[in-house]
Amino acid sequence: MQRGSGGVADRTFAALMLGCALSIFAIVALILGILILRSRLSLHEFGFSFFLRSDWDPVRGSFGAVPFIWGTLASAFLALLIAVPLALGVAVFINEMCPRALRTPISFLTELLAAIPSVVYGLWAIFVLVPIMRRSVGPFLKKFFGWTGLFHGPNFGIGLLTASMILAIMVLPVISSIARDVIKAVPNTQREGVLALGATRWEMVRIGVLRNARIGIVGAVILGLGRALGETMAVTMVIGNHAAIPKSLFAPAYTLASVIANEFTEATGDLYLSALIEIGLALFLVTIVVNAIARLLVFMVTRGNTARAV
Amino acid sequence: MPHRPSRANVGRRQAANHLFSVLAILSTVLVIAPLFAILVYLLFQGVRSLNVAFFTHLPRPVGEPGGGMANSIVGSGIILALASLLGIPVGIGAGIYLYEFGGGKTLANAIRFTADVLNGVPSIVMGIAAYSLIVVPQKHFSAFAAGVALAIMMVPTVTRTTEEMLATVPNAVREAALGLGIPKWRTVMTVSLKTASPGIITGCMLAFARVAGETAPLLFTAFGNQFWPASLNEPIAALPLQIFVYAVSPYDEWHRLAWAGALVLIVLIMVSVTLVRVVTGRGMLNGGH
Repeated sequence: MQRGSGGVADRTFAALMLGCALSIFAIVALILGILILRSRLSLHEFGFSFFLRSDWDPVRGSFGAVPFIWGTLASAFLALLIAVPLALGVAVFINEMCPRALRTPISFLTELLAAIPSVVYGLWAIFVLVPIMRRSVGPFLKKFFGWTGLFHGPNFGIGLLTASMILAIMVLPVISSIARDVIKAVPNTQREGVLALGATRWEMVRIGVLRNARIGIVGAVILGLGRALGETMAVTMVIGNHAAIPKSLFAPAYTLASVIANEFTEATGDLYLSALIEIGLALFLVTIVVNAIARLLVFMVTRGNTARAV
Repeated sequence: MPHRPSRANVGRRQAANHLFSVLAILSTVLVIAPLFAILVYLLFQGVRSLNVAFFTHLPRPVGEPGGGMANSIVGSGIILALASLLGIPVGIGAGIYLYEFGGGKTLANAIRFTADVLNGVPSIVMGIAAYSLIVVPQKHFSAFAAGVALAIMMVPTVTRTTEEMLATVPNAVREAALGLGIPKWRTVMTVSLKTASPGIITGCMLAFARVAGETAPLLFTAFGNQFWPASLNEPIAALPLQIFVYAVSPYDEWHRLAWAGALVLIVLIMVSVTLVRVVTGRGMLNGGH
């Protein structure tokens, strides 16, 4: 009798747990389904040209996502340009150079950066970073790098460059924490082999460590890209929110995530709302693909022994 | 004559080595500098702006000095409690399935992968999804919709930490329980889960800390409210949301409140993250390991 009731309870329990696990699939499917359903008006009206048109004019009911795609890619690319070398530097420092006693505190501090909410980054950026950009960094860049053509136009402090900088700070912990795991996964025999040939520490890192970990590092960078593409609040607060393709790094821009954040609750008319939801759908699909690729790359290097990130 | 390393070459290699060391140290300093820049400035502005009224008063209209964010603090508490209530059991259940029942099966791997990918979906997308699923049919913003959006964001973290924590429970313990004739479900609940519970609680706190500061999913779900929360079925104030509204406003008085709110929010998050770190040596980013 005991055994019988145990069997029924066991099966019920297993089914219940399976249900919880399957709900993860259900959540993803539900999000995808509802986004497609709610954006069908816009999907129908514009088709694929939605992603090729560059006019965003809610008054005339004409919607194209190009300025947002441009702003998203430009800000994410610039952020990675700033963040990747720094993140790799930190990862290498922690694994290869740092005294053992400092290892834990330094990784803890870099990870605290990930604990700061986006809205607090935005608040800080508005009141600290923006004035610095307007008064010091902007004029400096204009004076010495104006010839590149990247820094012309008025410098208000808010704009693409400022947004990219705050974004860089935000993706740093993501990239460095995974790069650290990947570098840690490189077997010590590789380091010892290179050192035994008389290599300096830098040569050991370059030949023995970075070369072996490169696939995982690419994974870490792509994971950072995924984070940068979807980051909303801090970017919205400093990018200037202007739906045009920015002509300079000082120019205000707009990203996919920030147009949703800004205009969603004010969207009048079904087509407008549906266009915004289509932008959300695009963001969802792109970040899923980007994350999936990154996970596979990181997994290839660490064989699943790594800490899962973000 | 045997080839000898030229002095110039050795010098170049050593110079490269020094340059590399300097750059690595410099980048570490450059990464940690913004953290202190942000925290110190926040502490300075926040402490200056905090007062008792902040914790006890409702927001005042523009132009009237004073006022606080009491309703936002309560609102955030309600939303986060709801999210934890919905998200944590599902996450733990999924984690139990993955470790105790899933084994190395394809289905378990697919679920792991989906959970990791779901973790990377931007929070604003969760906001739109919750808006479309709950706000649109109900025709009004609600605390409930906000709770669901945040709950979805908690599930993957809780799932993966639960699985990893169950993996630390020695199989001998399970076998001992099963050998005594205890059914599997009781073994899991009273032996595996209980043994792994400190780690699982840690995972839940990490998930909590990660969604506590989220603003984007609340924009079209919680929406914000100037008054005390009265029910789960109406728009509700939330701390991150109110910080955002005040931060982008043109009024100095509101900026002051935004700093105070940000300080309260970050203290809440930092305390839970640091506790987690102290108790288990786990980081914000590597929930596992």
